[in-house]
Parts: sequence; C-alpha cells; structure tokens
Amino acid sequence: MLPILATLLGNTLLYATPLIFAALGGVFSERSGVVNIGLEGMMTIGAFAAAVTALGTGNPWLGVVAGMLSGGLLALLHAVAAVTFRADQVVSGVAINFMANGFSMFMLYKLYGGGQTPHIATKLAKWAIPGLAKIPYLGDALFNNYPTVYLAFFTAFLTWVVLYKTTFGLRLRSVGEHPLAADTMGINVYFIRYTCVIISGCLAGIGGAAVSIGIIAEFTEVTIVGQGFIALAAMIFGKWTPWGALGACMFFGAANALDAIGQTIGLTKYANPAFFSMLPYLLTIVALAGFIGRANAPAADGKPYEKGR
Amino acid sequence: MVKKLGVFLIIATLLVSLAGCGKTSEPTQGSDTKQTAPKLKIGMATDVGGINDESFNASAYRGLLKAKDELGAEIKVLESKQEADYDTNLATLVRGGNDLTWGIGFAMSNAIEKAAKENPDKKFGIVDFAYTTVPSNVVCVTFKEEEGSFLMGVIAAKMTKTNKVGFLGGVEIDLIKKFEYGFRAGVAAVNPKIEVLSGYAASFTDSAKGKAMANSMYDQGADVIFHASGGTGKGLFEAAQEKSTSDKKVWAIGVDSDQYKLAPENTLSSMIKSVDNAVFDVSKRLNDSDWQGGKVVTYGLKEGGVDIAPTSNKNTSQEALDAVADYKQKIISGEITVPSTKDQFDSYLLKLPA
Repeated sequence: MLPILATLLGNTLLYATPLIFAALGGVFSERSGVVNIGLEGMMTIGAFAAAVTALGTGNPWLGVVAGMLSGGLLALLHAVAAVTFRADQVVSGVAINFMANGFSMFMLYKLYGGGQTPHIATKLAKWAIPGLAKIPYLGDALFNNYPTVYLAFFTAFLTWVVLYKTTFGLRLRSVGEHPLAADTMGINVYFIRYTCVIISGCLAGIGGAAVSIGIIAEFTEVTIVGQGFIALAAMIFGKWTPWGALGACMFFGAANALDAIGQTIGLTKYANPAFFSMLPYLLTIVALAGFIGRANAPAADGKPYEKGR
Repeated sequence: MVKKLGVFLIIATLLVSLAGCGKTSEPTQGSDTKQTAPKLKIGMATDVGGINDESFNASAYRGLLKAKDELGAEIKVLESKQEADYDTNLATLVRGGNDLTWGIGFAMSNAIEKAAKENPDKKFGIVDFAYTTVPSNVVCVTFKEEEGSFLMGVIAAKMTKTNKVGFLGGVEIDLIKKFEYGFRAGVAAVNPKIEVLSGYAASFTDSAKGKAMANSMYDQGADVIFHASGGTGKGLFEAAQEKSTSDKKVWAIGVDSDQYKLAPENTLSSMIKSVDNAVFDVSKRLNDSDWQGGKVVTYGLKEGGVDIAPTSNKNTSQEALDAVADYKQKIISGEITVPSTKDQFDSYLLKLPA
C-alpha cells in the first residue's frame, strides 16, 4: 500500500505543479478585480518560450525566465485591453488564448518545420533534498523533485504573505472589492491592476515552463490543453485564496494521478478505464457546482474601473 | 471613444491570432529542377502526430524524403492538427496534382476511403489499415508489429532483474494489441513466469500521462517497459531516466523509430517499424509502373518491415542479442507464429514447452 501511495503522491505533484503556478496567477489577477481567462494562453506562450530558449541556449533556467517574461508580456496586452480600455475582460482573455496558440504554432513551423520541437535534452534536472530524500518511499516522491515543484509551494507561501501581510496586498484586495473607495483613499487603481495582471501572466508562464521543460521535454500543440482552465477552476474552488488554490490544484492533480495509476494497480477491474480518465473533469464540475457553496468572488471582479465616475 | 479603441484592439489581436492559426503548415520540400521525365508527385498527410514525432510519422516522412532523393519525386507534406483537418488536407494534396497521396495512420482510413471514392483517377496509400474491400486506387500497407514486438519481449525478459516488465499502450485498439500480445509472447518464450504489467494511456499525444503511467509501473517493480504509444511514450523515456538510481537501473524500449537518443543511458532497444521502407517501396513501384492498387501489402520481419534498432547493442547484453537473433530466424522460417490477439496468445501459451 505504501509504495502505491508514494507513486500516487509523486504523480499528484507532477500534475499539480503547473496548475499551482497558474492558479496563483489567477488569484493575483482576480483579487485585483481583473478576470483572467487568458491563463491558458499565458501558459502556452510560457511553455513555448521556455522550450525554445532551453533548446537554443542549453540552459533550462533561462528557459524558465523566458517563460515568465513571455507570459508577463502577453498579460500586459490583457491589462491594456481590460484596464486601460475597459474592454470586456472575458473577450480579451479569449483573444489572448487564441493568439498564444496561433503564435506558438506559427513559430514552431517557422523554427522547426513541424508541429513540435525536437526533444529537449537540457531540461530541468531533479533536485534531491539531502537527508529528506532518503525517507523510505515518501522521500523519493516528495523530496526528489523538480525545482519547480518546490518553487510552486514557495510561491503559494509568498502569495499569501503579499496578499495578507503587506500594504500592497491590502491595497490589491481593496481595489478588487471596491475600487472607487480605494481610489478616494489615494490608491492608484490602474497601477495595482496592471501590476497584478502582469504578475499573473509571469506565474502562468512559469507554469507553462514547468510542463515543457520539467515534466516533459518538448513543446507541441497539445502540451498545454486545458491546464489553464483547470487552474482557473481550481482558483475558484479554492475561493480566490492562495492556500485554497494550492489545495484545489493538488486535488485535481490527485485525480489525474489516480487515472494514471488505475490500470497498473488493477483498479480498472472495478470500473472502465475511461471512467478514470473522465475523473479529473468530472470532479471539476462536481467541485464547482456542489461543494464550494456560494462563490465568493471579489466584489469588483470583472468590472472595469473608470476614474471619476 | 476610448472604449471603441479597446474593442478595436481586441478584434485586431483576434485577427492576428487567427491568421496564425489558419496558416496551413507547408514545409514544401520542392525538389531541384532537373527537367527530364515528368516527375512523380507524392503528397503525404500525417495524422495528428506530425513529422517531428520521432516515431511513426517521422519514419513515413523519411520514406518520402528517400523517394525525393532516389526517384527525384516532388513531395509535399501536410500535417494535421486535428481530425477535422484530414479531409481538407487530402483534398488540398489531390488538388495539388499529386500522383499518389499518402494518409499516415489508421486514424485517416475513413478520410482516405472518402477521398479515393471522390477522385477515382487519383492514387492513394494508407498506412496501418486494411479495408475489407480495398478500393482499386488504394494500396493498404500493414505491418506485422507482433513479430517485432516479440523480439522486444525477448530483450525485456533477458534483461529484467525483477522478473516484472511493463507494456505501455496508446489507445486500446486492435492495432496496439498486436504490439502487446507480440511482446507478451516474446517474454513468455524466454520465461513464462515473468509478470507483464500493462496499461493504456487512451492517447497517442499525452506524454505527461505516459510519464505518470511509466512512473507507476516502475514503482510497482517493473524494470523494463516497452511502449507502443506514439508521442505519449516520450514520457516513458523521461520516467526511465528519473527512476534510475545508482543501485537500480530501469530501462525503456522504444517503438517505430530508433528512440535511443531520447534516453541514451536507459534505452535497451527500439522496435523499428519501417514505415519509411514501405512508403518508399510502394512509391518506387508506382514509379516503375508496378502499382499495387486494390491490394493489402504486409511487411513483417521477413520483408524488412519490422526490425530491431541498430543501437540495441549499446545497453543490451550480448546474450540477449544472441537470443533475439535466434528467435528472429525462427520467426522468419515460420517455426514460430507470433500471436497478435488475446485468443491467439492464449493458445500460444498452451503450446509453450513447460
């Protein structure tokens, strides 16, 4: 039983890590009052940029940075449309998703003449934490992992600190709840929203990089398929809080992990394998529809702010 | 005013992105201009795998390149991003005046049949699929994957230290089951007591799931895993590299193309499926006016359609390779008939010397 649990845990982390980054990005953006459907696209562009950079420079860390920057750049576009021009944030986000997909595919054909990158030999290597990694079973699953896994948990902690323990966090939340009140108190609503949207893009970009040069070692058109949306769902499931989002991502990761292990340990004797493949998505719907109760979105989430109105 | 600008911006971004999407990939490999006889024009539409899949489609593409080099054929490749692209891509290739149009992969069988019916004067080839009644302008190319997989089973059985090996399949269909039962037969031929874990990822492109599944098989004690899962299987090589420790080494066996370079330290062998040879062979015959329309052409070990990768000696013991050579001879001579379905496998097991 213990080895199975360890496998399950290891695979859960594998699936959850990219989701955690993107979901935390979502927390930043939406707590400041900007809906970010574009997380998927920001992950795509991050995964793409990371793959290309890691291939070109041979340094995976430059890849992570490239993923972060490209995600942030794309988010800037979203911020311009959603904050400055007060466009419908959902429409802008959808446009971002289309654009990221189209752009990365187009560039793949330009750069590599096909719909996927070559194998990336210089991907992120695992870091074993001395001592802890030696714990039987669980040590290998938990403490012999990609640096991005540790970074994901650290980022969740950091998000919590920023959101609840700093002036910036207080301003961020007030802008998301009541921008007019915040503005009268002298807070620059636009500045806060711009910053948060860009942070969300950077995080989603790292999430993308965690897939293309961490979990696997290539970028194809199916590298990012729906992770951004699952992350969005996880953020809502987690009630727009960093720890909630983290937990929800682990939950979805576990559902995926169960799907992957089901056949090997013989669970499929009791249910069709297709059921296990369906499980993560089924749980998403059940979680969103049934268990979170009233969705406590920030009051000004999705509402553009116009100064002086 | 400002609001209008915003809307305009969004529409503009959308248009730009759509322009990116709509761009059909056209890595046109137009050959040089040696004007002699009218050149053979060959088109190829890949399935969703794409020509860089380092597997099945990549192999087909090599065959096409060979036709270009050796026959001077003019070639054109269209990659399909989704199933909806199959019909359009085939129509584009037919309209482009290709003499022969290839559809790569069983997934394209319906599309090819439809295109063949609509264009009776054009020739088509389909890989990995045999119609019950083959249209006269179509050649079906199939392989005896079970024979090559048998040899991989022999290698796995000879190399395992835990007496547990794994099989990772793409989608659970008859074609992939040929790999599984061929592999199981090879393992059983060496040692019927070895346990074979088996799992299907329900996808040919999900390498993250391939990795997660391989992780769990390795954790369950398997130390050699053979995959027949296209892009999904790339995750297997990632898992093999990461699950190997200084005191316990685990191995991967590749499929379709030689996948040694995906994990040089952890790859035992690959079952080569020479889609390239087959694609080239059929194309060459057409060039020599020996068109095999209406037939199913099968390539096995004997015909060089399936084989063991040339890099197999890097990590595999000589003893295992000798055994492979031995079994290969027996299969070619017909002494061993390799099972390709569960029923055939069950009766094969009964016939094994205890």
